[in-house]
Amino acid sequence: MRNTSPRAFRRGLTPAAIPATIAAIVILFLIVCALIPSVVAPFDPLGVNPSGAFKPPSVEHWFGTDDSGRDIFSRIVYGARDSLTIGISATLIGLLSGMALGAVAGGSRGRALAPLRTVADRVIEGMFAFPGLLLALLLISVRGPGVVSILIAVAISTTPGYARMIRGGIRKSLGSGAVEAARLQGDRAPRIWAKLVLPESLRPVLVLATLGVGEAVVMAAALGFLGMGMPPPAPEWGSMLNAGRSYLVKAWWMTCFPGLVILAVGLSTTILGRAFDGRRRFA
Amino acid sequence: MRTIARRALGAVVVMFTVATLAFIALQFIPGDPAEAALGGPGSQATEEALQAARAQFGLDRPIVVQYLDFLWRLVRGDLGVSYSQHIPVAEVLGRAVPPTFILALTALIAAWLLALVSVLVASGSSRIARGFTLMIDLFAAAIPGFWLASMLVLVFAGSLAWFPAVSTGGFNGIVLPTISLAIPIAGFLAQVCRSGIDDAQRAPFIESARARGESELGIRLRHVLRHGVVPGLNLTAWALGSLLGGTAVIEVIFARPGLGRTLVSAVNGRDIPVVLGVVLLAALAYVVAAFITDIVIARVDPRTEARIEQAVPRA
Repeated sequence: MRNTSPRAFRRGLTPAAIPATIAAIVILFLIVCALIPSVVAPFDPLGVNPSGAFKPPSVEHWFGTDDSGRDIFSRIVYGARDSLTIGISATLIGLLSGMALGAVAGGSRGRALAPLRTVADRVIEGMFAFPGLLLALLLISVRGPGVVSILIAVAISTTPGYARMIRGGIRKSLGSGAVEAARLQGDRAPRIWAKLVLPESLRPVLVLATLGVGEAVVMAAALGFLGMGMPPPAPEWGSMLNAGRSYLVKAWWMTCFPGLVILAVGLSTTILGRAFDGRRRFA
Repeated sequence: MRTIARRALGAVVVMFTVATLAFIALQFIPGDPAEAALGGPGSQATEEALQAARAQFGLDRPIVVQYLDFLWRLVRGDLGVSYSQHIPVAEVLGRAVPPTFILALTALIAAWLLALVSVLVASGSSRIARGFTLMIDLFAAAIPGFWLASMLVLVFAGSLAWFPAVSTGGFNGIVLPTISLAIPIAGFLAQVCRSGIDDAQRAPFIESARARGESELGIRLRHVLRHGVVPGLNLTAWALGSLLGGTAVIEVIFARPGLGRTLVSAVNGRDIPVVLGVVLLAALAYVVAAFITDIVIARVDPRTEARIEQAVPRA
């Protein structure tokens, strides 16, 4: 499947690289939308225009208009900022807490640290047993809906996945010949961790984190869809889907296009994550 | 037998951890449970009412006592009383479980069937066919279930009118919810099974089966498939958890009674005992499913004495 000849690599775009290229373009475009929405969007995302409500997709309104006559394309463009911010920061928080938990579980060696290791192992296992979306809903029921609740909820539900992977990586690395050799050379633990253990165990996790951003965006959208995200006028993708539900038959574009964008994000991050994974083996 | 006993003990330990984590989470999450019981921060409950609520739900006792009491009541299946419905949570859940169980089961079966079809079609086919099914798997896994459900309603309940948009009962009503739940899961299962199958196809025992003169189809079904499904089986417990999360959204869309809809209305009403009950029940389902899949895997692949740490079961 993978084209491994150096010539093909130099030639640039090989057929195998097309999906990853498209995925990168999609993500870059959404990042541009998030940074400078006013340049990309043709209309005001909050500009209510009752006479122009429920307009189907046209040259003027690419994705049609919603129940208040707002341009759906513009709302999606403006919504990119919130959705990507939630996706990326939730992934970062989840990654950091997963790293901490995984490092404690994977790095605690010897009899003295055994209880610590056991507790960390059990916490990771226990967290895995909570289905992510349900945990998020538990949190929201106590904290109330809102961006911060969604952020924490998504972060917590991604933590055990990262923790488990880092734990495995650290254990494998600590048992490897390279670490043994460094130890025999007289290198101290902090140096071994910084030079060998951490880089080796973090690399596969970064691939997972790329996938994780897409997943976080989709999960945040699911919560928004249930009406637990940002309050109505905000152009958040999940909330837009939620609003479109009432007009599904009358105005299918209100549901179809925000969902397609969410699908595009999930698909693009998956493809990109795999591409990174492949490149890593390649090098 | 000893392995089974050890796994069962492990499952109990995980459940204990889950309960403890849930209790700790409830303590650390900002917001006053007594206030939530009286209708949230907006309710402006009086200090006396708050005190009374704290006493009623035992929130004024020392934390250790609350924790032990919490565990002891869980062991007896007592999940407390619903804030909004004023009946035991166990009763609320008991009513909601059967429809969700049926939906999750049909969706899991449908997901496995779809994944196996996709994997079997791809194995041994041309490169183009393989690439195509690979793309379909990726797409399927990335589709948000709630959006897929809306689109299915639009096409199959709206335009074509083959199936009802509201799923109250009967076979016709369960088709669209099942498909919406099954397709994303099938995408994941097909992806992991495919890598297992690719490994199996290069294994020496396939060559020897071929040399014995077994038919290609026989090899595919008896040997390749058997090895290919193990990574998928490993994911089944995860898939079940993800299904239970998915039902929350799907049941709302199809106005189907069940755990998911109970959960969503409980979240909207800040009915914490009910929410906690659903989450603990889902965790229990996950633990039981993991226990069962462990045993099944040991049957399918006798080499797996100790369960291998799988690479990416995503939460």
